[in-house]
Amino acid sequence: MATKSLKARNNDIANTERQLEILSNGIFANRELPTFATKIKETNQFPLRPKKLEILQINLGYMCNQVCDHCHVDAGPDRNEIMTIETMNHCLEVINKTGAQTLDLTGGAPEMNPNFRWFVEEASKRGIKDFIVRSNLTIIKANKKYHDLPDFFKKHGVHVVSSLPHYTKGKTDKQRGNGVFDKSIEALKSLNKVGYGMPNSDLRLDLVYNPSGAFLPGNQQALEQDFKKALKADFDINFHNLFAITNLPISRFLDYLIASENYDDYMTALVDAYNPVAVQNVMCTNTISVSWDGFLYDCDFNQMLNLKVASNVQHISDYHEELLQNRNIVINQHCFGCTAGAGSSCQGVVA
Amino acid sequence: MSKNYYDAADLRKFGKITEWNEELGAKFFDYYGKVFEEGSLTAREKSLIALAVAHTEQCPYCIDAYTKDGLQKGITKEEMMEAVHVGAAIKSGATLVHGVQMMNIVNKLDS
Repeated sequence: MATKSLKARNNDIANTERQLEILSNGIFANRELPTFATKIKETNQFPLRPKKLEILQINLGYMCNQVCDHCHVDAGPDRNEIMTIETMNHCLEVINKTGAQTLDLTGGAPEMNPNFRWFVEEASKRGIKDFIVRSNLTIIKANKKYHDLPDFFKKHGVHVVSSLPHYTKGKTDKQRGNGVFDKSIEALKSLNKVGYGMPNSDLRLDLVYNPSGAFLPGNQQALEQDFKKALKADFDINFHNLFAITNLPISRFLDYLIASENYDDYMTALVDAYNPVAVQNVMCTNTISVSWDGFLYDCDFNQMLNLKVASNVQHISDYHEELLQNRNIVINQHCFGCTAGAGSSCQGVVA
Repeated sequence: MSKNYYDAADLRKFGKITEWNEELGAKFFDYYGKVFEEGSLTAREKSLIALAVAHTEQCPYCIDAYTKDGLQKGITKEEMMEAVHVGAAIKSGATLVHGVQMMNIVNKLDS
């Protein structure tokens, strides 16, 4: 298991242009597989256009206490891209005036941003309906200064969404690192203790499942039932919903696919599972993603590929929702990851 | 013509059997799909049965398909191997139980 990001290892794939080159060449260039644009043209869904903006997703930085095998952010302890107070202030101004109902903070481990708590306090005053923090769980147990996070989240009515790849230790640790499963279980217990994830509790605790390798996620509802049954029986842990997310072929997962010689088969599986109904609700149609340095993207994945919004407004300091909504969404072959089967988004299935 | 009797790429073409007999092909796939739906048994349990049978049938396409299906359903490798042993136990039991037939014949003929 790697302990450094691709960037720190000077890996070729840390270069976003190289990633885009890989996604345009090979089985797509020789037309063995159709491109994403060709596919959505079949159902007159090209160009892909935004619908009503519902989610503002803000990436507070790429620093993380974990170095998961398949991280699409290439996050890790060595990443020092962190959102500044200045950019946070721009974000708060936008939160004041946006029509979006959901604010979604992500990272890296967003809690590692030194101004995380200040930002959450400020943002929570602005009456957002659904305020999500994506927590990797282990951060809560990583250091004493994070131990009170469950209480902090509770105080500000934060909706906690956490990754847990499997309800068994073996599969979780293989993907996320040794010891991650035990720490995650401890963190879930702390969250349950203050009321998160309990039946009928307003303190929402949802889990994110993504496959531990080069295969697609199964039925979200069936997986949720399996997770609930196992976590309850083995650890007396409760949570609300499970979001099944497909691994997209970018960054560390792309590196893994290529190194394990699974790339062609995985892309074929994604294209074979293409579902035009999922295209209608794909998350880029209702989301704006803001990077640590304030640039705007159609989604978190486009952010990691450095594909900025195709708009005159490209930075949070120039934010203009109406102008921004009048744009074509930037697509590439990685988009097949969000339209396979029942579809995939940061909120789970979409079809 | 392929040089190998089995080609992994052929699994994706399974659906094409319908092209040469639409009615029977469609009936088969309709039946196949229904069998694997959630019923009195869960789709997960059915997937493990299919994996065990795939091994006893020694069908490489089926092993490929139901190993992937198991991974997608969150089935662990330990569970998969146990299922394969169930298949193997029935296979070996089925062989060994015929030993009784051998014993019957020996007992009848050899005074």
